[in-house]
Order: sequence, then structure tokens, then C-alpha cells
Amino acid sequence: MMWIDTLVQGVLLGGLYALFAAGLSLVFGIMRLVNLAHGDLIVLGAYVILIIVSALGLNPFLAALVALPIMFTIGWVLQRVVLNRVLGEDILPPLLVTFGLSVVIQNALMQGYSADSQRLRPGPIESASLDLGVVTVGVMPLLTFASAVVVIVALNQLFYRTALGRAFRATSDDPVTAQLMGIKPASVFAMATGIAMIVVTIAAMYLGMRANFDPTIGPARLIYAFEAVIIGGLGSLWGTLVGGVIIGVAQTVGAAINLEWQILAGHVAFLVVLAFRPRGLFPRAND
Amino acid sequence: MITRRRLIQSTAASGLVLGASGLAMPALAQNRAIKIGYVSPQTGPLAGFAEADAYTLNMFTRRMAEEGLNVEVVVKDSQSNPNRAADVAQEAIISDEVHLMLVASTPETTNPVATVCENEGIPVISTKAPWQPFFIGQQGNPGNPESWRPFDFAFHYFWGLEDVIAVFTNMWNQLDTNMQVGGLFPNDADGNAWGDPEVGVAPGFAAAGYTTVDPGRYQNLSDDFSAQINAFRQANAEIVTGVVIPPDFTTFWNQARQQGFIPKAATVAKAILFPQAVEALGENGHNLSSEVWWSRNHPFTSSLTGESAADLADGFTEFSGRPWTQPIGFVHSLFEVATDVIKRADDPTDPEGVAETIAATNLNTIVGRVAWNGEGVPPFAAQNVCKTPLVGGQWRRQDDGSYDLTIVDNQTAPDIPTGGQMEEIS
Repeated sequence: MMWIDTLVQGVLLGGLYALFAAGLSLVFGIMRLVNLAHGDLIVLGAYVILIIVSALGLNPFLAALVALPIMFTIGWVLQRVVLNRVLGEDILPPLLVTFGLSVVIQNALMQGYSADSQRLRPGPIESASLDLGVVTVGVMPLLTFASAVVVIVALNQLFYRTALGRAFRATSDDPVTAQLMGIKPASVFAMATGIAMIVVTIAAMYLGMRANFDPTIGPARLIYAFEAVIIGGLGSLWGTLVGGVIIGVAQTVGAAINLEWQILAGHVAFLVVLAFRPRGLFPRAND
Repeated sequence: MITRRRLIQSTAASGLVLGASGLAMPALAQNRAIKIGYVSPQTGPLAGFAEADAYTLNMFTRRMAEEGLNVEVVVKDSQSNPNRAADVAQEAIISDEVHLMLVASTPETTNPVATVCENEGIPVISTKAPWQPFFIGQQGNPGNPESWRPFDFAFHYFWGLEDVIAVFTNMWNQLDTNMQVGGLFPNDADGNAWGDPEVGVAPGFAAAGYTTVDPGRYQNLSDDFSAQINAFRQANAEIVTGVVIPPDFTTFWNQARQQGFIPKAATVAKAILFPQAVEALGENGHNLSSEVWWSRNHPFTSSLTGESAADLADGFTEFSGRPWTQPIGFVHSLFEVATDVIKRADDPTDPEGVAETIAATNLNTIVGRVAWNGEGVPPFAAQNVCKTPLVGGQWRRQDDGSYDLTIVDNQTAPDIPTGGQMEEIS
């Protein structure tokens, strides 16, 4: 009974990690860009939602809807104006730029909003729970997991059913040939980052409702997101979900045995997967 | 003990004597401004503790001008980082040549700064960290009480774990519980000190009849507390305690509610220190309890400005437009003690003399009496530690959604008035 509870809580936690990781996975899959500012962009998203909540008095769910186009634009402009300039053969410049971006975002938020803990409050739903007989689960974690699945399904549909998705895959596979076919990588990348920022906004909404946030907590969330992406296999969105769930379950099971193993168990699971499947569980392409 | 600094000073002095211009020395010293270093976490996760810095420094500069004292404050930001705190302390001592150091806010700031000052032979007054992590945490071997040495230059005033234990159990005694306590102790300086099975809070709780369930150290910024919730539920804990950072307490408290675990009392340090953190919990913050080191209702006045606690708190709100918080009183008191020491010292620029002057302090400040007379402190720390009063409070939700800290237990310091009785969480 306790073990079922532990497993269920782990899977639900995995949903949160998958949501953190989905945007990262998307950007990496398409343009091989490791975005070190991903965690800070999630925190930025949480602040954008917070501003809308306090300015318009909306529920965080509605405020996140309003934030979507704003965050899309931020992502689009960021890619067009900054990140596109540093993409190339050398992987170091984008790493440095996103690292710098991370510092800039943290300090700008600190300047504007101080180090105070902030929180998005959805109302009574935050402590609501569902009794499923064997286990009692919170409505919010359940919604988080469901959203992660919906996000992954939607991204997969976009990837494999639309012209834009074809452009994404083509650019990812072979940018030069894609250009010959009339695709402009610069604008494809800008679209991709914009869409990644939509996923970031959804992750930000759940992060902000789950716990307090302040300008500095972004990087702490990044490591699990990275591990989820790598476990799942680079570029595989379903893999990212599986990766998130593996880390989530490893953490709750580790914690149930001994609390001090909670974080370690997640990292060990990651290393074990890497040892047996160095390219992750579901690598998308051979490159 | 020969420190690097003392060695340099004595060689420099003898060099001057040899140069036959020794007469110029005292005159120079008298005209020189007295320099105070102040290290606090102005940015980063601990920034809330330093919120009142600007307000306090403003007041201090004004008062010094009025008193005609030539005192300069060198302010350094630790960025909430212990390594950085040590670096800036070093910088203040070596480049800025401060004569006295002040440091505040959590062992992560006070310990590195005090260690640097002790090594450099610069007197330091420290506050806002429980005295055990401060005193024991700086010892070469914290595990062996025999090896503990008093400090020559580091002086600390605040309360200790024994006060927290007394305040917490006094509050719980007001309720009807099964005396089972669940503990949330993270893997950081505070969590390890509180959670230590030998010298932490558990033996003290046991002496008062409370059994502690401690599932172990967890990592800060954890996303999942279901293991702790399961452990508390299995032990049928009706009380939750711990020393938790604010984001983690929110995660824990929501998860506990989602999983149907609602204790009768949740008395936690750190997490619900600031009204903003409690407000972040919404309705679920009602009747959470914690230790209170200072409030606007404390019956003390400032030795610097004559203001009451309420005046100081209101002044801060007027200055910054923000609600009062507990650190305001302590930052203010730090500069009260510094002023008192400078006035009493024969030569405020002489480290040994200043250290002796600090040791002889007996001052009524805005946070209570500060005197390193060893009262209530075990003999090994008596020389360096002074205790200020601690009481217990509960956050009460107001009709407009804001929170008010009501003092509900004052058995540990009867001169601080209570504003109500301890209530159960519903």
C-alpha cells in the first residue's frame, strides 16, 4: 500500500520533471542548442504569469493563457536577435550565451522583484485531493501529469502531422538540404524557440502553483530536466516523458528507503541508463 | 597567539620607533575615522534578512553626525554565499582596514566572517544565527566538545536551540495532542544542527515528553515530500516541526493537505519568518506557528534613537512601504552595540582593547539586554555568546488576506506581552 503510494507519487512527480524538460528537449532536438537558461526562463514565465495575475486579478490558469503569446514572442525575438547569431559548428558560443542569459535573467528579476518568495495561488484546488481507494492523490499533481502528457502528444502531432513539423525535422536532420528546399533555418529556429516558450509557460504555471519561487531557483530545476532529456534519448519527446517518470519514481522510491537517497537515487538511475543505453532509451535519429 | 596581523603591526610599530618619528602615531590615530565593516546577505536567497539594511544605515549615519562621531561604515554584500562572505570580510579588513566588524544573518554569513576576523585579529560582533551553529560550527572538531576553544575576537548575541525547544514545547503544551512530533530537517547547516540525535532538538523534546520522528536529511529545494508524509502518518504525528526553507515548506504543506495529512500544530523555523512567505500559502497559512525573536510589540527601546519597537517597525514601513519583519530590530541593535563599544573604548582602533570593551558590554537595546556575562550559556561558550529573549507566535489570517504574527507563549520571557492563546490548525 505504501509502495503503491510511493510509485504513484513518483510517476506524478515525473510529470512535473517531464514538463520542465519538454521545452529543453524540443530546442535541443531541433537545433542542438543546450539552453542553460531554461530553468531561468521557467522562472521568468512564472513572473510573467504573476504580473498578469496581480494586474488583471485573473486565476493563474487564465493568466497563463494570456501569458502564452507574450512568452512566445519573447522566445521568438530571443532566438532571432540573440541565439541565431551564435549557432554554428562550435557548440561553445551558445553555451556561453545561454549561461550569460541565465545570470542576466536572475539579476533582472532580482532588481525588479527583490528576493521575496512569490507564489501563484489557484485557490482551493491547490490542496484538493482525490481518493482512489488504494491511494490519495492531489488534484494539482494529477493535473500536472495530465498536462505533461497533453503537451507531449500535442508536440508530437505538431512534429509529425504539420508542415511546420516537417520543416523542424528537415532542419534538424540536414539544414543545408532543407535550405535547398526553401526552408529558412533562422525562422524555423525562431518558431521552435517560440513554441518551446509556450511549453515553458505551462511548466512555469505548475511550478509557481506547486511551491514558492524567487529569482534564483531556476538552475536547481535544470538538472532534472537535463537528465530526463538524456534518459529519454535526444530529440524523443515521449522519451522525455519516460525519462521524467524514471527520475521521479527513482527519487520517491529512494526517499522511501532512506530520505538521504532521494536525490542520489535520481542521479543513479540516470547513470544506470547511460551505462546500458549511452544514447538514451529512445534516440530519434542516428547522429 | 601570534596572528599575521599582530605580527605586521608589531613589526611596523618597531620600525616606526627605529625611524624616530614615533610621536606622529597617536595624533594620526585620533584624527582617523573609525571604520566599521558590515557584512550581510543583501542579495540572493537570504536577502530578506538584510531588508532593513538601508533603513538602519540611514539612521546610523544620521545619528553619528548628530553625535559628532567620525565613524565610517564599509558595507559588503555576501550574496548569500559563505565563500563570498569570507572574501568580502577579508577585503574589508585588508583593503578597507576596518577596526570593527559587524555581521548578521544565518550561520552561512556569520561563521565565515567571524572565522576570518578571528584569524586576522579584528573584533567582530555577530547576530541572527542560533548560537550553537555559530560557536560549535566554527570549532576545528565540532564532534569533540573537549577540543572547543573560546574566541578572542568574535562576540555573538542571539538565542540557542535550548530556547527553541522550550518555546516550541511550551506552545504545544497549550494544545491537546498525542505528543508525537514529525521533524523536517534538511541537509544544511541548520538542519544538521537541529536534527542531530545527540545535541539537536530531539533530546530536548523528549525531556518535555515529546517523541520525535525524524525520517532523515533531505536536499533543499526538494519537489516531493511524500516519503516524509508517509513516515509522519505511520507514526501518527500530530505535530510537525523543522527548520525548512520557504519554497520547501509550501511544497510540503500542499502535498500534506493533498494527501490528507493535517497535523494539529505546525511549528517551523525559517520558512514562515516573513509575512510574504506566509501570505504565499493563502488560507493554508492560518495558525502556523514559529519562534519569535523580535516583534513590534516587544517592550524595548533603542539606546541610539530612543524609539520603541513599534516606532522602529512603523518607521521601516514608512521608509520602504513594506511590512515589518523580525530582522529589523536585530540589525538596528547591531549598530546600537557598535556605537556603545566605540564610545566606551579608549582607542576604538586598537583590536585588543575593543575586544575587551565588547566583552564588558551591558546595554539595553531594542532586542533586549546585550551583555556577555555568560547568563544561560554553558561555560565553554560563556565568553563569546550572549542570549536575547525568545517567545512563540502564531500567524493569524486577517479578513483582508494579510497575516498578523500574534505572540501566544511568553513563559520563556514573561516581560514580552502575549496577544492570544495557541490555537489548533483546522
